[in-house]
Amino acid sequence: MKKLGIVVVIGVLVIGWVALRRAAPNRAGASKLAPDFSLTDLSGHPLRLSDYRGKVILVDFWATWCEPCKQEIPRFIELQSKYPEQLEIIGISMDDDVEPVRAFQQQYKMNYPVALGSPKLADQYGGVLGLPITFVIDREGHIASRHIGATNPTVFEEEIRRLF
Amino acid sequence: MPVDRRSSPENFILIVFLAALALFVPLAQAADSTNMKLLTPEELVKILSDKSAKTPKPLLLQIGSQMLYLQAHIPGSEYIGQGNSAQGLQNLGRRVSNLPKTTFIVLYCGCCPWNHCPNVNPAYDALQKLGFTNVKVLYIANNFGVDWVDKGYPSAKGER
Repeated sequence: MKKLGIVVVIGVLVIGWVALRRAAPNRAGASKLAPDFSLTDLSGHPLRLSDYRGKVILVDFWATWCEPCKQEIPRFIELQSKYPEQLEIIGISMDDDVEPVRAFQQQYKMNYPVALGSPKLADQYGGVLGLPITFVIDREGHIASRHIGATNPTVFEEEIRRLF
Repeated sequence: MPVDRRSSPENFILIVFLAALALFVPLAQAADSTNMKLLTPEELVKILSDKSAKTPKPLLLQIGSQMLYLQAHIPGSEYIGQGNSAQGLQNLGRRVSNLPKTTFIVLYCGCCPWNHCPNVNPAYDALQKLGFTNVKVLYIANNFGVDWVDKGYPSAKGER
């Protein structure tokens, strides 16, 4: 009987912990709709955030001269390959010129769309005054979290899997 | 008699050399404050807000990306171009070409965490080589947003 009580208590604690993690408010403000944008990616294709509604989206503000950004990108490429149906990664380069971005994209064989950002777009996302900054957006288009600086790759994977 | 290449002294020297090179290259690209004269954001704000003529006002040069400058910069600072690019260093040289070597210059970037900033080192070195003796670099630990804008220090948007 005593053992059963312990099991029940542990079960309640585990369920509570999972529920709390799911409901944890994000740093960018709970349930804020991600600002939509309409850009043209480096391949010349239209790139509109709202077109990916229904998928978890990871919007990565980065630049070719940003060392922590470069460390994250191979992991993003892996994530995009691993979850092609449920996840869409979008790279927004904050480089001043397109040429280094194009070369970088080819060199790293980036498997997700990349477009050049702008101060206006950065403003819509609360300012991109330092890189990298990555937003995780849920399937309904709400900002689930914002990560400033290089982030442990497993954090992204755990987070997006919870949102699938 | 076969030679074990892995243990030859030449290979050992080569491995040590390559290891040293691998350590040196990233450090050379990132900001290294060993020989730099630094200024904290608090110190710079104090200098800029001091209305007395005793404190000379520095020439403020932003040597990070234009995208960052257009979003937010220190009022009165000038956009130069990235310190890690040939164009940026050329612009820097041109901007200071007619100035006395004793001009108080403050360089700043804030694109990324201090240890990863690719711009401040080359720009600082360039001014040193040009003979400027009163150059300081704004120490931005995380980025311009966190260490300047979020602290409520004065900032401006746009091209000026």
